[in-house]
Formats: sequence, C-alpha cells, structure tokens
Amino acid sequence: MIEAHGLVKRYGSTMAVDDLSFFIRPGLVTGFLGPNGAGKTTTMRMILGLDAPTQGSVTVGGRSYRDLPAPMREVGALLDAKALHGGRRARDHLLCLARSNGIPRSRVDEVLRIVGLEGVARHRAKGFSLGMGQRLGIASALLGDPAVLIFDEPVNGLDPDGICWVRTLMRALAAEGRTVLVSSHLMSEMALTADHLLVIGKGRLIADASAEEFVRSSSRQSVHVRTPQAAELAARCRQAGAGVRAGTSSDVIEITGMDSAAVGRLAAAHGVVLSELIPVKASLEEAFMELTRDSVEYQAAGAPR
Amino acid sequence: MTGATIARTGPDHRAAYRPATFGDVLRSEWTKLRSVRSTFWALTVTVVLGIGLGAVISAAAAHGYAKSSVSGKLSWDPTAVSLDGIGIATLAIAVLGVLAISSEYSSGMIRTSLIAVPKRGRILAAKSLVFAMVTFVVGEVTSFTAFFAGQALISGHAPHAALGDPGVARAVVGAGLALTALAVLSVAAGTLLRHPAAAIAAMIAVLFVLPGIAQALPDSWRNPVTEFWPTQAGGQLASVHHAAHTLQPWPGFGVMCLFVAIVYAIAWTLLDRRDA
Repeated sequence: MIEAHGLVKRYGSTMAVDDLSFFIRPGLVTGFLGPNGAGKTTTMRMILGLDAPTQGSVTVGGRSYRDLPAPMREVGALLDAKALHGGRRARDHLLCLARSNGIPRSRVDEVLRIVGLEGVARHRAKGFSLGMGQRLGIASALLGDPAVLIFDEPVNGLDPDGICWVRTLMRALAAEGRTVLVSSHLMSEMALTADHLLVIGKGRLIADASAEEFVRSSSRQSVHVRTPQAAELAARCRQAGAGVRAGTSSDVIEITGMDSAAVGRLAAAHGVVLSELIPVKASLEEAFMELTRDSVEYQAAGAPR
Repeated sequence: MTGATIARTGPDHRAAYRPATFGDVLRSEWTKLRSVRSTFWALTVTVVLGIGLGAVISAAAAHGYAKSSVSGKLSWDPTAVSLDGIGIATLAIAVLGVLAISSEYSSGMIRTSLIAVPKRGRILAAKSLVFAMVTFVVGEVTSFTAFFAGQALISGHAPHAALGDPGVARAVVGAGLALTALAVLSVAAGTLLRHPAAAIAAMIAVLFVLPGIAQALPDSWRNPVTEFWPTQAGGQLASVHHAAHTLQPWPGFGVMCLFVAIVYAIAWTLLDRRDA
C-alpha cells in the first residue's frame, strides 16, 4: 500500500503538488488521472524517493522509500521507458538492476519471457521501438516480484495489442493481491483498467472514488427522448423542475435532473407518445472532462467548453 | 500470459529475501561498466597511448640525449620519460570516468538506478570503487609495460633505469596510482556537473588548460601554482628526478588525494540532496 499525507512539492513559484493525501490499497488497480501537468509524475517521483517533498510525507508499506532494505523486492516502477543506456543490451540492462538488489540472474530471463522480449534479449536498447522500451521498463518493474507496482503512462507508444496486454497484466497483478498504481491522462484507457480512481488537477486532489461512484456523481446524466409532442413534454418537464435541452432534431429533447422512469410516468400521465426513451450515462471520459475542466493547465484558446 | 507466470512466490514473500548490500551494488556497477562498449574502447586507448606514445617519446628522447645540455643531462629521468605517454592517456580515463555517471544523467538511466538503489551514496561509492579498481589494474599493466619497453629503447643511446634503482619502482607503481586518483576525480566531477560535455570540459581544464596557462605567468606566480596544482602535484609520484618548485612524490600525491576527497565530498552531498 502507498500512503501520502499532505504532500507538497513546489518548484520556485510553481506548485506542482499541493497538499495531496491518499491511501492506495492492495488488490486493486488504482488509476491516477489528471490532465498533462497536473502533478502525476511529480507525485510518483516523490513516492519513489527521486524528489524530496517540500512538505508532507509518503510511505510505501509503512516505510519511506529510501529506507526500504531491498527496494526492488517491494516496489516495481516504470517511470520513463527511455530511462536507460541505449548502448546496453536488454539483458545486461536488467542484469545490472537485478544485481543491485541481489536478485538472481535466472529471474532476468524469466521477466524477459513474461514481457515477450526474449527474442531481443541480446539487442542493444537504442534500437528498440517505444513499445519495446515500455516492455523492457515493465520487465524491470517485475524483476523483484514486488508487492507494489507503479507505472507512469505505461501504454504510451504501444499498439492496440500491446495496450490490451498491459491492461491484462495490470489486472492480473492486482488480482494477485498487489498494489497497482497506474497513471494516465486518458480516461478512456482507465475506464477499462482501473477499479479505483485518484483524480488530480493543478496538483490538488479532485476525486478519490471507485470508478463506478465517479461516473454516478457526475451531473452529466440525462434522458434522451424522441417524441412527436416534444414541445409539450419539454414544458411538462420544466414544470416538474427538470432541465431540458433541444436535441439533434426537432422531435428530440435531452432531459437532465430527472431519471427515465420519472420521464416515462410524466409522459403517460399527459398522454404524450414516446418513440424513444433512453437513459444516457455520462462516460467516464465525460465525467473526467467535466471535473478537470477548471484545472487544465494548458487550454486551447476558444475551447468549445 | 497468465497471472501464474508473473508470480513466483506471490506478494506475501517478504521473509524470502535479504536486504540489498553494498556488495550487490558493487556487482551491479561492475556489470554496468563492462556492458557498454565505451569502456572497452577507452581502456584500449589508455593502454595503446600509454605504451605506444611512451615508446615513441623514449626513442626520441634517447636519440636527443647526446646533443642535450649539461643541465639537460643532469635532469635526465629515463623512468619519467618512459612513463610520459600515460600523461596523455589520462584523458581517456578522465572521459570514461566522467561518462560512467554523466551518461546516466543524459540518458535518464540515473532515475532507474536511483529507484533500484535509493541510498545514493552507495551508488557513488560503488561506481567510484569499481572504476578505480579497473583503472588501477589497467594503469599498472600500462605503466610496467611502458617502463620496460621504454628502457629497452633507451638503453644503448642514453643512461637507462632498472626497477631496482632508487625511486624507480615507486615511480612505475605511482604512475598507475596517480591514474587511479584521477579516475575517482572524474567520477566525482561527472556526478557534480551531470552534463557529459560540461564535466569533460572541466576535466580537460583541470588537466591541461589551467596548468598550461600557469606556464605563461611570471615565476613568482607560476612556481606555487605548478607546485600545488593537484594533478601536477600528484604526477610527482611518477618521476624519479626531483625538479625545482615541485613537491616530493608522496606529499604531492597527498595534495592530489586531498583535492579528490574534497570534490568527492561535494559530489556526494549534492547527489544526496538534489532531486534526480
């Protein structure tokens, strides 16, 4: 498990991470979400002892990372797939890391097999594609067979096949009771992988909830209705306190603040004929956009929303 | 790909492993050093330059001996002449030492390394120790070979030295020791400056440029500078003849070691405190 208390990181006048507290449980894939520049990588660097927090503390398994007796046996991390010496062969790269924590040589071949790189074990890393680099990074995270895994944007540069593989791997690791923290700026990816979400924007915690709760709490749930008596139903709904927006055509309206059963009852009570009645759940992606709209650091001018 | 192949012992395996030791980090740093090609090339250059250049200088100096002045003959140091090539070969060691850590910064490998070994002092100590030991072995092989080759070329044209002569064995071993001190200095410089180009430039300045500038200064300035300049003071260990305005061999090497220790301490402190 990973535990942070009042974590703050300031670079000059920029607040990269602002009073972040969280508890990441074992047995789940926790998605760490936020727009670019939200402070995800900085937080991970503080967990891994690369950056010292300006204030606050973070522990892994109850201990600060620098105090772990054999870090790779407890925490596996992939921060940046290109963080290696390109002139070194893949197998040697892993061997250097394994040696530093007293991990046997046989485990190097084992993780190469797990990530499917055994065929290029003797190739120098500079010839690797981004996807192969990600696999090598994942292999190094798995070397120590750790109880806690931290991945920063692990699907970057992977093809659909690779993305599916990473997703399966994350879920399998969590199912074995490990703590898995995965960052991403892509909500759609997290929707398929994460059980729990930690959302940050501009360094602050925005949400800490299960993926399901996260969508439910979004205000963007609506009911899509197609009816020849659109104007009449719209008026009735407004009277009942719901919000109504015009739909894609004149016989379609979108109703918010009222669930589909209530809309159906209202229509029946006033003899309104319905040809379509569809509850529309906000996607995780939309919920995310809504939540982080105010905390996107670099927004295009004249953005539509 | 199933979950079963990922877990060897499952996540509840904490009792199954031992803490990582300094010996583990040493083995890791040895693996790092031997698994990049630049190591092989830099060490080859050191040996070839040290021996080859030493031989050329020895042959040339021996032929010039008969025509040299009395003072030239009085200060004739066949040991130092045969070890002269190593002075140029230091550059290869300096570059390799700087790259040993600064290439980790330029590639990003340093983050991977520090995640694996968060006790940062251990990384610096292990890296320096491994590189110092490799340099010591290569340095001694080079200096002994250069000495014997040089003396063979000198004999017959000028007085030559034997390993049993006073101060000669100390000078030959000393050439390797001075190279080893320089190896530690360059790892420390690489840690301090982090950028390969900056650290290599700094090493060239310390080794060649600043002592060269000192030669242009008036005597009253030049003499103390050449006497105490760390790399020149350390080089006294590789001479038999004691020139004016230079330190004795061991005190000279002491000055070099003190300088290395200071730079190393600064590098250690910064590595420990800086965000990586």
